[in-house]
Amino acid sequence: MREQTGAPPVAAGSASEASENNSEGGAGPSMKVLVCVKRVVDYNVKVRVKADNTGVETANVKMSMNPFDEIAVEEAMRLKEAGKATEIIAISMGPPQAQETLRTALAIGADRGILVESAEELQPLAVAKLLKMTVEKEQPALVLLGKQAIDDDSNQTAQMLAGLLGWAQATFASKVTVGDDGATIVREVDGGLESIELKLPAVISVDLRLNTPRYASLPNIMKAKKKPIETIKAADAGIDIAPRLKTLKVEEPPKRKGGVKVGSVVELVQKLRNEAKVI
Amino acid sequence: MSVLVLAEHDNHGLKPATLNTVACAQALGEPVLLVAGSGCRAAAEAAAKIPGVVKVLVADAPFHEHPLAEALAPLLAGLAGGYSHLLAAALTTGKNVMPRVAALLDVSMLSDVSAVVDADTFVRPIYAGNALATVQSSDKIKVITVRTTAFDAVAAEGGSAPIEDIDPGADAGLARVTGQELTKSERPELTAARVVIAGGRGMGNGENFRLLEDVADRLGAAVGASRAAVDAGFVPNDYQVGQTGKVVAPELYIAVGISGAIQHLAGMKDSKIIVAINKDEEAPIFQVADYGLVADLFQALPELAAELHK
Repeated sequence: MREQTGAPPVAAGSASEASENNSEGGAGPSMKVLVCVKRVVDYNVKVRVKADNTGVETANVKMSMNPFDEIAVEEAMRLKEAGKATEIIAISMGPPQAQETLRTALAIGADRGILVESAEELQPLAVAKLLKMTVEKEQPALVLLGKQAIDDDSNQTAQMLAGLLGWAQATFASKVTVGDDGATIVREVDGGLESIELKLPAVISVDLRLNTPRYASLPNIMKAKKKPIETIKAADAGIDIAPRLKTLKVEEPPKRKGGVKVGSVVELVQKLRNEAKVI
Repeated sequence: MSVLVLAEHDNHGLKPATLNTVACAQALGEPVLLVAGSGCRAAAEAAAKIPGVVKVLVADAPFHEHPLAEALAPLLAGLAGGYSHLLAAALTTGKNVMPRVAALLDVSMLSDVSAVVDADTFVRPIYAGNALATVQSSDKIKVITVRTTAFDAVAAEGGSAPIEDIDPGADAGLARVTGQELTKSERPELTAARVVIAGGRGMGNGENFRLLEDVADRLGAAVGASRAAVDAGFVPNDYQVGQTGKVVAPELYIAVGISGAIQHLAGMKDSKIIVAINKDEEAPIFQVADYGLVADLFQALPELAAELHK
């Protein structure tokens, strides 16, 4: 079941920008970028574990776009502004309210949205499968995602999607340069930075220092309301999206006991030596 | 049951995280180590010395010189049939490779496992460590990254497991490492150090990190940083401790000029002893610190270095 909301897709005025850039060796004439955005408990909310230990409290809690996904949307915008990307499609999955997250992506500048609605929990493998379905339909040259969502901290979806598609992957990107048929990515790795060259199409997961996302301007927020969002029901996709992981309980981590204040460096060193015995 | 562990190594030797990952593997079955690399015999020999390891598999090929998911994932997925669990440390390589392995096997994955309940059930932190989820997998093969700070390292020496060369697979030809900019340091690795001293925005600039290094020299400590200090360009990204950076749990963690955002606490609150030095006595870091010193760090750090010298 598919339905269109909002206005019909606009052939964004970027086609001319792209052809200008082609002469300079930009990406192909119609490079689509798919950006995945997740609705999560806002970064600033101090989460509370539910009294019955079934999860964390999400009722009446501020929800926002996963901050890493904002960086992904911003990067897609920059690729479009540089004439590399011609169309940005934002996709989100989850409850109907995920549409708000898509509207945020559209307000930043994505051209259209896809909402994959599911009442049931979608785990990363299921999300990756539903993304693969969308990728096969939309044929983007690049899929951008945040490196992890700040709710389940899984850090899996991008890599799973790349695996399912048999595409190149770059995780933890801190610099993205797109060329004709490849991309050069600087990644944040344990020891520092690593540069890799990827063949396109590819999946890239973005890290904190790739860019600083812009704020959506009021006119753009208004414009976003008219941009089209296609809604798909996950259950109708004919894909095995059943959860494989069952959460048995969610608990608070052990609390650290507040310690003592020391009056001086001398006292600190004395306590570390004689009381804590760690130096 | 055999458990396959993807070894963290640099071709010449094993990285300490491998020893913590083997500890987790031993809670599940008999560990078999996979050393995939290029000219990685020395690393394989080190792996064979870990007591309790039953076998070391070596996949030696030029295209494994840098661990790329496109080549490693099919290799691991091809081996998976003989194992109940596939494990890797939750560091760059494991995080990059293991979800791709899970997708190839059509199984779910458990990231950052901090405790083993039974063969199917694991504990992992969620929401930046503000909650701990106990999760049960219904998949036949469990693909896992291990939070290394949650498992005590096994001994590095004493065993003599057989080493077996295996087909290294093929170069997928999709990706290629073209350069590396690695931080050179004589100090211990952040995630394996016994003492960590970390600086935040309060350090003011990168030059001032020298004050931390003077203290680190006295303590044999690694130097870390908060996200704010990395974003401000004071120090490189690999210094970052936190939810999205490195997770550390040293004997002693000294937070200097760090306010203590929950995202930072997520990366260090399992440290045994936490010291906070901050001029703002309301800074949240003091709520988790065993010893708090309200002081100007520019005075306190030189004093600390001098006092430790005594």
